[in-house]
Amino acid sequence: MTALLEIRGLAKRYDIRLGAFGEKQAVVRALDDFSVDVVEGETLSLVGESGCGKSTTGFAILNLQRPSAGSVRYKGQDIAGLDEDAMRPFRRDLQIVFQDPYSTLNPRMTIGEALAEPIRFHGLAPKGEVPARVARLLEDVGMTPRFANRYPHELSGGQRQRVAIARALACQPRFIVCDEAISALDVSVQAQILNLLLDLQEKYGLTYLFIAHDLAVVRHISDRVGVMYLGRLAELAPSQALFAEPLHPYTRALLSAVPEPNPRAPRNRQRLVGEVPSPLNPPTGCRFHPRCPLARDICKTTVPDWREVVPSHHVACHAVTGPGRTNWEGPA
Amino acid sequence: MTLLDIKGLTIDIARDTGPARVVDGIDLAVMEGESLGIVGESGCGKSLTMLSLVGLLPNRIRATGGQALFGGRDLLKLSAKELRKVRGSEIGFIFQDPMTSLNPVIRIGDQIAEALIYQKGLTRAQAKDRAVELLALVGIPAPEERANAWPHELSGGMRQRVMIAMGLAGNPKLLIADEPTTALDVTIQAQIVDLVRELKDRLKMSVVWITHDLALIAGLADRIAVLYAGTVVEDAPVDAIFDRPTHPYTRALLGSLPTLAGAAMERLPSIAGTPPEPGRRPPGCPFAPRCAFALPSCREAVPKLQSVPGNARHKVACPVMLEANV
Repeated sequence: MTALLEIRGLAKRYDIRLGAFGEKQAVVRALDDFSVDVVEGETLSLVGESGCGKSTTGFAILNLQRPSAGSVRYKGQDIAGLDEDAMRPFRRDLQIVFQDPYSTLNPRMTIGEALAEPIRFHGLAPKGEVPARVARLLEDVGMTPRFANRYPHELSGGQRQRVAIARALACQPRFIVCDEAISALDVSVQAQILNLLLDLQEKYGLTYLFIAHDLAVVRHISDRVGVMYLGRLAELAPSQALFAEPLHPYTRALLSAVPEPNPRAPRNRQRLVGEVPSPLNPPTGCRFHPRCPLARDICKTTVPDWREVVPSHHVACHAVTGPGRTNWEGPA
Repeated sequence: MTLLDIKGLTIDIARDTGPARVVDGIDLAVMEGESLGIVGESGCGKSLTMLSLVGLLPNRIRATGGQALFGGRDLLKLSAKELRKVRGSEIGFIFQDPMTSLNPVIRIGDQIAEALIYQKGLTRAQAKDRAVELLALVGIPAPEERANAWPHELSGGMRQRVMIAMGLAGNPKLLIADEPTTALDVTIQAQIVDLVRELKDRLKMSVVWITHDLALIAGLADRIAVLYAGTVVEDAPVDAIFDRPTHPYTRALLGSLPTLAGAAMERLPSIAGTPPEPGRRPPGCPFAPRCAFALPSCREAVPKLQSVPGNARHKVACPVMLEANV
């Protein structure tokens, strides 16, 4: 297992001004102390609710938003905080696909022009070969080359997402962040796009950071899954282990909230009370403690360590010591 | 007792090139006290069908045929003034995005009270009191204080609770919930779903839940109608839909649904192609071009809903599957 990206202590803070005249200053800690090795060829997923920092993580890794702290090591170089010129050679390798392709595709460019642009920009093919390259990209994503002459508004949502994937592929990348890339699609189309992503991964040996809120989807496509809460990783484990034996109390609550397509599924499941607190003013200690069924005094004061409680299964929780085991007896 | 009976409803979009049909002869009934789920993908007509009942169809979209019987009247024939009476007091609505449905410059208590003054003829003071009661009913903590809050001061989940309070303000017999949890996080969605389920029993309403999420509806509905391209393709009790899905579209939809239970598969079965655009419906069964079981006869006549042998309440619009009895 080789690490494609070594991410250490990555953080993103936003300084904002509050009040009608911006007289109050505040800091939003969108991402704190994020450390992960992204393994070559894997699909690493990040899940969590709105505002947990999962999209911020993707942006910070790609240096699309300059991280406030930490490092992202790629090919022996720390790319965190590089300026645009220094970043350019890495941009080719590190790509992103967004949720809404309608807002990322230029409505006045044909699909063919949109796909040719990155090829020309990075000088990936001689001028005469660009149309052939565009045709092959379209075929790669399951579309016929005649789509090159169409405009984004003539395409369905699924077809536009295929074009967005083709555009990311145009640079022959090694790593693609899929930021809620299938969230806006209907179920039947969602499965098509997921399968396409898996096919392309096999064909080109791609590594994915898959950012999503749909846990059922994540379970089916991920090698490893990280669960985030209010800007911090709560748990990271191989997908199979995480869904079979979630350890962090937040992961357990999150999984039990996912509806099952079974009318006889038990209804009285664990419910989280309250809502996610504001990242403007996150709780002290463990950020999950106000909603946690296991919380004790230490959780209010001390940020839990990131511990490997089972081989390759990491948890940030004072209470959990292993599957079905906690440091203290029964719920608080 | 049947509360709402929709028969042969058709809805057309007026286009420069002529009308395009979006809802193509829907038959659908809602019983008293029943929870009906309407499931389908974008553009299948699930929202338009329900909006047409209360005269809320967008510009250029009109109900052009059929009837919708509710309390002895045909809703499609009512005047704008009569429909205004129906909305809120007899049929309540909750929409997907509470931020765009709430007026940002009116305190939430006043927004709820406004409907009560208008619909029920309460005085301002009575309406204010009732608004606080409604906020308490939908589980908003400290309702007296929250009645004075502005919409932007509330979280998404709380705003959706306010919308539900408004939907319930007139004591409707029927509550139509149009994807009310789609914009919410999964833990908040679970709270809202529990709330609506509990309120339905407590207030003895019927609920129509419009959604694209089959997993969500499994725990909510007594009966499910599956829509495809403006037609009902299957209509059955919830157990039958999940245990014995019969229409090829229902089967494919369930098959392509990733779940937390069972084996994790890498590749999900998917349905090739996309649903037809309004105005470009194929002749015959609208699902035939994507259907693995389609016969040449499927492309000739639009199939009618028929009962599955042995279960009169399980209806399917697919003669091929009914004949094969699989």
